[in-house]
Amino acid sequence: MKLTKLLTSAALAAGLATGAMADTTKVGFVYVGPVGDGGWTYEHDQGRKAVVEAFGDKVETTYVENVPEGADAERVITQMALQGTDLIFTTSFGYMDPTINVAKKFPNVKFEHATGYKQADNVSVYSARFYEGRAVQGHIAGHMTKSNVIGYIASFPIPEVIRGINSAYIHAKKVNPDVQFKIIWAYTWFDPAKEADAAKALIEQGADVILQHTDSTAPQAAAQAAGNVITFGQASDMGEYAPFPRVSSIIDNWAPYYVARTKAVMDGTWESVSTWDGIGAGMVGIGEISDAVPADVKASAEALRDSLADGSYHAFTGPLNKQDGTPWLAEGETAQDYGDDGLAGLGFYVEGIEGDVPQ
Amino acid sequence: MDLSAINPVLLIASLMVAATPLLLAAIGELVVERAGVLNLGVEGMMIVGAISGFAISVETGSPMVGLVAAMIGGALLSLLFAFLTQFALANQVASGLALTLFGLGLSALMGQSYVGIKPPTMAKLDIPVISDIPVIGPILFSHDPVLYIGVALCAVVWAVLKYSRVGLVLRAVGENHDAAHALGYNVVRVRVLAILFGGACAGLGGAYISLIRVPQWTEGMTAGIGWIALALVVFASWKPWRVLLGAYLFGGINVLQLNLQAAGIAIPVEYLAMSPYLITILVLVIMSADKSRAPASLGRIFHASG
Amino acid sequence: MIKLEKRPQPSRALALATPLIAVFITMIAGGLLFWALGKNPFEAIRTIFWDPLFHEQFASYSRPQLLVKAGPLILIAIGLSLGFRAGIWNIGAEGQYIMGAICGAGVGLAFYPSESFLIFPMMVVAGALGGWAWAMIPALLKVKFGTNEILVSLMLVYVAEQLLASMSLGLLRNPEGHGFPGSRNLKDYAAAHNGELIAGTGMHWGIVAAFIAVIFAYVLLNRHILGFNIRLTGEAPRAARFAGVNPTRLILFCLGTAGALAGLAGLFEVSGPAGQISIDFNVGYGFTAIIVAFLGRLHPVGILLAGLLMALTYIGGELAQLMLSLPSAAIQVFQGMLLFFLLALDLLTNYRIRIAVKGAA
Repeated sequence: MKLTKLLTSAALAAGLATGAMADTTKVGFVYVGPVGDGGWTYEHDQGRKAVVEAFGDKVETTYVENVPEGADAERVITQMALQGTDLIFTTSFGYMDPTINVAKKFPNVKFEHATGYKQADNVSVYSARFYEGRAVQGHIAGHMTKSNVIGYIASFPIPEVIRGINSAYIHAKKVNPDVQFKIIWAYTWFDPAKEADAAKALIEQGADVILQHTDSTAPQAAAQAAGNVITFGQASDMGEYAPFPRVSSIIDNWAPYYVARTKAVMDGTWESVSTWDGIGAGMVGIGEISDAVPADVKASAEALRDSLADGSYHAFTGPLNKQDGTPWLAEGETAQDYGDDGLAGLGFYVEGIEGDVPQ
Repeated sequence: MDLSAINPVLLIASLMVAATPLLLAAIGELVVERAGVLNLGVEGMMIVGAISGFAISVETGSPMVGLVAAMIGGALLSLLFAFLTQFALANQVASGLALTLFGLGLSALMGQSYVGIKPPTMAKLDIPVISDIPVIGPILFSHDPVLYIGVALCAVVWAVLKYSRVGLVLRAVGENHDAAHALGYNVVRVRVLAILFGGACAGLGGAYISLIRVPQWTEGMTAGIGWIALALVVFASWKPWRVLLGAYLFGGINVLQLNLQAAGIAIPVEYLAMSPYLITILVLVIMSADKSRAPASLGRIFHASG
Repeated sequence: MIKLEKRPQPSRALALATPLIAVFITMIAGGLLFWALGKNPFEAIRTIFWDPLFHEQFASYSRPQLLVKAGPLILIAIGLSLGFRAGIWNIGAEGQYIMGAICGAGVGLAFYPSESFLIFPMMVVAGALGGWAWAMIPALLKVKFGTNEILVSLMLVYVAEQLLASMSLGLLRNPEGHGFPGSRNLKDYAAAHNGELIAGTGMHWGIVAAFIAVIFAYVLLNRHILGFNIRLTGEAPRAARFAGVNPTRLILFCLGTAGALAGLAGLFEVSGPAGQISIDFNVGYGFTAIIVAFLGRLHPVGILLAGLLMALTYIGGELAQLMLSLPSAAIQVFQGMLLFFLLALDLLTNYRIRIAVKGAA
């Protein structure tokens, strides 16, 4: 392949060029949205800033935002690699195949792909166990609801979202057997107007807790307008709605991972790994539980958080049945990450949730 | 499945809110199209209105000032379109698309320091006693002022188009610009004013999202509502009251599908989301049979030769 | 008083010169913008316009990429320009592009994992047919009922987008994709893959098709009676009717060709650079192509150049983000300015500007 040769030689030249500048490590980030989205991309960019803060002028970071998945992503990643970037984070599921393709052409560049499942010698994958945070939310929600109706704004029917619904439901049910989930699939990650409508629809149907897997603060505002509804921040803390309606939050905290991986490249210890971290490693942050939550609930929620963090408790612990009543996990058994019925490809609801996962 | 969980009164009240940005943008575009101009830049003008309104109301602390700023912002952007199409005689379709591209970028630049800020809130128009009347109260008397402005605007546009001289001139320009010119009307001036009006309405619609309905600023937050507004004008066959009806129908379909989902009814979301557009096409086909159709000069370039 | 006076003939010299002037003015205005954002304007302009072509580190990669990005734009814009010349306004190419991709990829995936060499040609046919069929809806409605094709074709874009979402979550979802939306990647399916024809050049079948379309359109418009009829209908509809042009056939031809070409563009994109059907597969080529068609003054060669220019601003814009940390919004604004200036200056081609003494008019 002529192209490969051409590219690698160019990369080598670039590598030499930057090598001459000695010890700055170049780290690149590819974002699917704008850094100002206040959610997914915003938090990845916070991670980038943490890298800058940690290493000062030993690193040079670059990013390209609003990169569509597919052909454009492949081009942007290639250009980054050509520029002599040492480590490239591609931060959307749809960048999976482009990342793998580019990685083949640049064996000396390290790649890190978020939320995917394809690994290679120079491609790591990383993702966060957001479902652990959902467990804490479910726990608080189950305690706090008076109507016993919990509304859930879901985005797309993919394993990540389904895990979250299951985890929240299991832990809400545990503290409140009468709890009922109403789920709306918005078919978007980010559409403030639609999210506002979804939140209102749920509130009007009696929900007094709203959980969201979409990124805007619109549901928070809808809850605030309703007056007696609590919410949880998603992706970022959404602290501007604390202490009420936002009583806690799940924060995507990529900073520790990004700093650690950059350090590994600097030290020459970088290896391809598959990381799936949760509360324990700090990748999933639980935002301050506000005073709107009674002290005992707050204490038990924090205890749950800590047990998830130190690994003494797994969010999916049997006995658990699937929605159709067939057994999933036996007493004391915890869910596998991979394989049949594993968490990575989870596609079903647990017993008790009404409605179907859309096909 | 629990249909009884859906409260029709609240459903209607919230679909009115959902429909308002759409209504505002569409009523503006209706005037533009009745003057014979097709401005596809509605989305761009909305988003610029959204950030202008947001920024100014954060800076001044007054949502009302923000709304005015949004109208000015939208109108200023539309001025670019007016210049291109009316003075430089550029193609309207291309100019409108360029305007949307430009507006999306510009708004993102303007909004860089406004992410994650909560704007000052606007009080609802809660009239004591009246807004407590069952059924009618929540539907008619407990909204924010802008919602009423939207409905009022509809009535005003209708009355002006139907009964006033201004409306007559506007329609004449839209139907046959050469004849209007021959009669001594200043076609370009009428059109520029109509475009500015459309821009101001779109800007207000955008600010309704960023200041009242959501309220927050994030890039791209209008998420395609401007495009739906374009469909709505056609659906309404260029008649103001039908715009109102259509806005409630379009907004209603969305609110209804979310409510049905919440009530646990499995619905094919994508197919329901298509339905407004399919209905619009159907309306177009039916309309093309009778002759009360699109303004005859829609999208055509006017240049007074001679 | 400034007065416009229509030229008896569009000025050829200005038709060539105005795009250059527009690019130059954009450089100045854009430079000011970048300067206001705290960047070196000269460096920014050089990064956008020069580096993708001649930068020693990037150019060997980005030059071919220019073709990859411009290919679908040109292919779609050529189809659209035929209709635009005849006064037939198809602005729904985005939908036709999506439908071409869905149909083409659908046919390929239906035979997975066949190794037959017939798969790709069948996909090409299916892609073209998909786009053609989607464009036939506004065409037939216009012919039968006189329905406005601008609006119908636009509405059908939204319908196609919803179908795309439905397909990537449902029927075409990769059964081995761990439940994520999106189809199998056609790059891993040799019989269906539209790969590079000559390594390192970026050339794939879609770009070949784009070049063929340019030549075909040029010959059609300049040498063929059908092309003459298209131009006549656009410039003088009544004369065309007297000359015996059949408007029904013309509408069906123009919309059908535009749809088929947009469908082809979608198919070549999904089977080549993009690789898979996903919810966000369409990135606006269908709408950008409308702008390209007008920037190219509806002339095949003009469209070729305009497509390349647009591609240059995309790729240069990415480089500017990468090297100078310009926000992508600034690039969007810059592209918007370029379009405004190009559109505005077109005036000079067709009109003379006269400064008239007040009262003399």
